[in-house]
Amino acid sequence: MARVFQKPKSLTSTHTHYCPGCTHGVVHRLIAETIDELGIQGKTVGIAPVGCAVLAYHYFDCDFQEAAHGRAPAMATGIKRVRPDLFVFTYQGDGDLASIGMGEIIHAANRGEKFTTIFVNNTVYGMTGGQMAPTTMPNQKTTTSPSGRDTDSCGMPIKVAELISALQTPAYITRQTVIKPKYIIKAKKAIKKAFEYQLAGTCFSLVEIVSTCPTNWGRTPLESIKWTEDVLLPYYQLGDCKTPDA
Amino acid sequence: MAKVLMKGNEAIGEAAIRAGCLNYFGYPITPQSEIAEYLSRRMPEVNGMFLQAESEVAASYMIFGASAAGERVFTTSSSPGISLMGEAISYCAAAQCPAVFVNIMRGGPGLGGILPSQGDYFQATKGGGHGDYHLLVMAPNSVQEAVEMVMKAFPLAEKYRNPVIILGDGLIGQMMEPVEFPDYLVSKPSDKSSWATTGMDTRNTTQRNLVRSLYLVGNSLEDNNRCLLAKYEQMKKEEIQCADYNIDSDYEALIVSYGTMSRVCRTAIDLMKKEGIEVGMVRPQTLYPYPDKIVQKAAWKPSCRVVTSMELSMGQMVEDVERVVQGKRPVTWFGVAGGIVPAPEEIVDEMKRVLRAHQS
Repeated sequence: MARVFQKPKSLTSTHTHYCPGCTHGVVHRLIAETIDELGIQGKTVGIAPVGCAVLAYHYFDCDFQEAAHGRAPAMATGIKRVRPDLFVFTYQGDGDLASIGMGEIIHAANRGEKFTTIFVNNTVYGMTGGQMAPTTMPNQKTTTSPSGRDTDSCGMPIKVAELISALQTPAYITRQTVIKPKYIIKAKKAIKKAFEYQLAGTCFSLVEIVSTCPTNWGRTPLESIKWTEDVLLPYYQLGDCKTPDA
Repeated sequence: MAKVLMKGNEAIGEAAIRAGCLNYFGYPITPQSEIAEYLSRRMPEVNGMFLQAESEVAASYMIFGASAAGERVFTTSSSPGISLMGEAISYCAAAQCPAVFVNIMRGGPGLGGILPSQGDYFQATKGGGHGDYHLLVMAPNSVQEAVEMVMKAFPLAEKYRNPVIILGDGLIGQMMEPVEFPDYLVSKPSDKSSWATTGMDTRNTTQRNLVRSLYLVGNSLEDNNRCLLAKYEQMKKEEIQCADYNIDSDYEALIVSYGTMSRVCRTAIDLMKKEGIEVGMVRPQTLYPYPDKIVQKAAWKPSCRVVTSMELSMGQMVEDVERVVQGKRPVTWFGVAGGIVPAPEEIVDEMKRVLRAHQS
């Protein structure tokens, strides 16, 4: 009997520690499927962030480095500059990339470093217990904004994909989500396109993925999907922000 | 090879290339920016890699990433920049990644100044970043010695899979001296296939390598700490280097000094000798591991009445001198900071004062 669905070769058999309803697992799978399809498992080095995905190296079956908070783009730069033949991706959350690591991502993008960043934006610091992030929505309650994000004192949430698209150098910047199958199909295509650009030697790409955090949002997985569609997607609009041809 | 006249900073850059390190990430800061300037020209000539990072933080993580990918890498900075690199240095130590850092020290704390200092002794030898770790610390007192230490640093970093730091000062970086790059110090990079993320295909395996510093489960962190400790104990047995001066005389006082300050002390010792005052000196070339036994033996010599730590700081190495002398001789400290390098006569005056205060 033909097997029509199975675990990608580039994922290990380890059970993930992610919470029910969290979309990290889907994103991991899309990345692993893409690595398999492109046949690059043996030349891939991933960089895990600090945050919920800090243990991503338990789940991806390829070489991995673990970064300090926010520093993944600098480490990826280090690898790619000394081993341009390797395929390198960073996997980063919003606290990691958009707060403490904003300097590193902007400059790596602006230099046109030839690696790919998968940016999972779930609007909170997940691992540390749901604190406010730069991407937290106005009035969104978190453990450090118990009355809701006050935009008078904290500003508006940062739109990372648009921000990086303001730079001239980067090649491909897109925002996707994985909360429903129709979105997952598009997200997979975007990840594959970004990876192919790296393999072709085209410069820096970033795929932002609007994600859920039911645990820290205080919502069920289904409520989280609805909240993402109703509140997040109107603000974090899906689609390509920048393409190499534009 | 014939000697060439080179500025310390440029010689340090060239030494790394001669040692077989063709990857440099850095960020400009006085008084060591000439290293980056030199390498920005020189690296392309040898098919090497030069990248100016956006900050010392980023530069140090580029070092971490590149080292973890199995390549020889180094960076250079000066005191405030090394503070920013402290985080990545801690990660490199934890993840057991070899890398070479050069600190051309300037006066501090804070922005301090741009003139020579030895104010980062504590930072280099006792910590700098967070957590339980040590660096192998080498302190040159000439441009030639800086060259040799840089060339030795790469195989040492690989031997211990630990960062090595060259602790120079602004004078070492800025002065010109004749140097040669000894062929015998050229080394081949070690085989890193057992741990580095070189890509599974590169290693012809399906076994992945992970470079990490997070240890959450059970005793795994303690195990890693013990593993690091064992390396530091091995360094203490195998890597201590120390020079001396006028040590065979029946010296009445012993100077302990390193780096640029030891050059001034050497002249002062010559001046005192002409006046009939014998003073010896031990000069640690490795500051970690510290030459405990050598300093102790020199301090405990029967003719020696007092031991003085001479530093370009407000008293840092003196704590190690006190530790190894174990109260068996009085230990004093003389230091100058703020970027000032004392004249030999000031050292002479101080030693005369110390000897008067500690009559036999």
